[in-house]
Amino acid sequence: MFSYIIRRILYAVPILFGVMAITFLLFFVMYSPQRMALQKLGPKAKQREIDNWIHDHGYDKPKFINTQSGHRFYDSLFVHHITSLAKFDFGRSIRTDEPIGAMIKRGVVPSLLITLPAFIIGFATALTMALYLVLVRDSKLDTLGTIACVITMSISIIVYVIFGQWVFANLLKYFPAFGFNREETAGLFSVARFVALPVLIMAFAGIGSEIRMYRAIFLEEAQNDYIRTAQAKGVPMMRVLFKHVFKNGVISLITLVVSSLPLLIMGNLIIEDFFGIPGLGSLAITAIHTGDLSVVMAEVYISAVLFLAGLLLTDICYAIADPRIRLS
Amino acid sequence: MGILYLILQDLAVFAGLAGIVWALVRFSKSDRWQRALRRFYRDKIGLLAFAVIAVYFLVAICNFVKFPVRDASGNFMSVIEFCFRNVPAERNYSEPMARTTYTVNRAQPLKGRHLLGTDQLGKDVLKKTLQGCGTAMLIGTFTSAIYIPIGIVLGISAGYYKKRIDDAVQYVYSVLASIPGIMLLIAMLMVLGKGIPQISFALGITGWVGLCRLLRGETFKLRERPYCDAARALGQSDWNIIIRHILPNVMHLVFITFVLGFSGIVLSEALLSYLSVGVPIGTPSWGVMIDSARMELSRDPSVWWNIGAATAALFFLVLSLNLLADSLRRAFDPKSN
Repeated sequence: MFSYIIRRILYAVPILFGVMAITFLLFFVMYSPQRMALQKLGPKAKQREIDNWIHDHGYDKPKFINTQSGHRFYDSLFVHHITSLAKFDFGRSIRTDEPIGAMIKRGVVPSLLITLPAFIIGFATALTMALYLVLVRDSKLDTLGTIACVITMSISIIVYVIFGQWVFANLLKYFPAFGFNREETAGLFSVARFVALPVLIMAFAGIGSEIRMYRAIFLEEAQNDYIRTAQAKGVPMMRVLFKHVFKNGVISLITLVVSSLPLLIMGNLIIEDFFGIPGLGSLAITAIHTGDLSVVMAEVYISAVLFLAGLLLTDICYAIADPRIRLS
Repeated sequence: MGILYLILQDLAVFAGLAGIVWALVRFSKSDRWQRALRRFYRDKIGLLAFAVIAVYFLVAICNFVKFPVRDASGNFMSVIEFCFRNVPAERNYSEPMARTTYTVNRAQPLKGRHLLGTDQLGKDVLKKTLQGCGTAMLIGTFTSAIYIPIGIVLGISAGYYKKRIDDAVQYVYSVLASIPGIMLLIAMLMVLGKGIPQISFALGITGWVGLCRLLRGETFKLRERPYCDAARALGQSDWNIIIRHILPNVMHLVFITFVLGFSGIVLSEALLSYLSVGVPIGTPSWGVMIDSARMELSRDPSVWWNIGAATAALFFLVLSLNLLADSLRRAFDPKSN
């Protein structure tokens, strides 16, 4: 098991290197430090100021290989970029000069306050609904349920957010429309009051595709021969459903869900921005609006690392569930 | 000179359409497609969805085919602009079919009637929605034209040649897939700048991974089939085997992916335009309409028709595409459901 995990981690290293290369290509080759400096200093900046800014940030090194005499050949922008990303050292924001690491650390908790409850509520609801649809499969209700899923899938998340806020916060006034309580002493209720509506909207927005996916998994399980055998020998339907279909289906389901867990840290762009939750999602939105490429790059890199961590978790879950995999 | 360019542009639109129709007719001659077509004709939901999508395409074509009539600023009008040439611009918001502007006190009479009302600048919302349809379909078509060839070439060559080529293709798509889609799109568009070609490029470069994976797996299976072995034994070149035996047998998967992918592209376009990294200012787009309407809902009295029109247009297109993809999947593979 241990050697299997080590092997999987080593597989992730070249992919992480590829991600670093892509971010380098995007932010240093396609978008030059010159333009970054111009953005920060304004279009009227003098050439000397720009040069100083570039030099202060260490962006005046050669791009890939340093051929200047007196320098080591690996003293280049690319190597510097990779080593700093590997150390999770993102430097300072080109807009606010705040360390990006601190900005990101501050956003993790508010983001998780939204995404984690939304994930749990959405997962539990989708699971129940999917099992129910499998129970009533090939009936009118099943068809109706599937069509309802397609309809909820076809609505853009922006629409859920805007109409959800309008109906529940502005018209019915059940929830505050905007804001977040970030004091350390804030009670559970005062936090939950602001978080409830975004959580519900986020859980509901993703539910259609989840139900469809889980239903397909359970349906495939329900078509196995042993299910027919169980039914033939007179096991009641509910028992078949929970004992055979659910237990066997839940393995492939959990491995499917586990991979998305680490990415919950990144929050949700639209919901956080719209409800004023100071998480990583609204950090990204602010960065988009102010043109802060350094923050966007840090978020791209972190989300890739989290995605790879999710894959690793999935592999470990598979290996626990099925010994054949870790031995091969 | 202008008129020649205009005719050429119109011809290009029609040539593109003719190409798509030709490809569909060409592939529909195979047995699999014929059987699927027969099953599809019995599928009422699928046919309805297809009709709705056809209407959207028609509107989009009307937005790009130019009429040889010049507007006030001397440019040629599109068919949509030509149809709306008699609809006057108003001063302010107005409700659908209203006679006066939408202000609480001192409402002013309107110059004309507007089926879906007008926006803050007094522009007709129906016209804006139809033009947004053109933008959405254009981006969908461009993006598909980028990602489908990449997906086909890389997917089939990885599945067919295996070994090094497979390793290389797998590496590239693992790297791309490891960056969550929306973050990569935002990063690319911030670097590339706003614009329809830029969005299509970004969506196309990130979008081929799913198709490539699907075709790679399918080619793995197909290349071991007896007819491929027979072709190899007869001395057929790899190129011939791929073109004659493998490509026609995965084309239906490509078609289903195209339909399903189109809905994803349309939704992404709206999302990116909403996040203001999408289409440039002034381009009609549903995402921009929804973005500009966020504040209109919460003002009192609230303006609902602007966001409502864009939402409904987006919803019916995406719903039809999803339903069509489902019924195509059922038609091609009846066992799956």
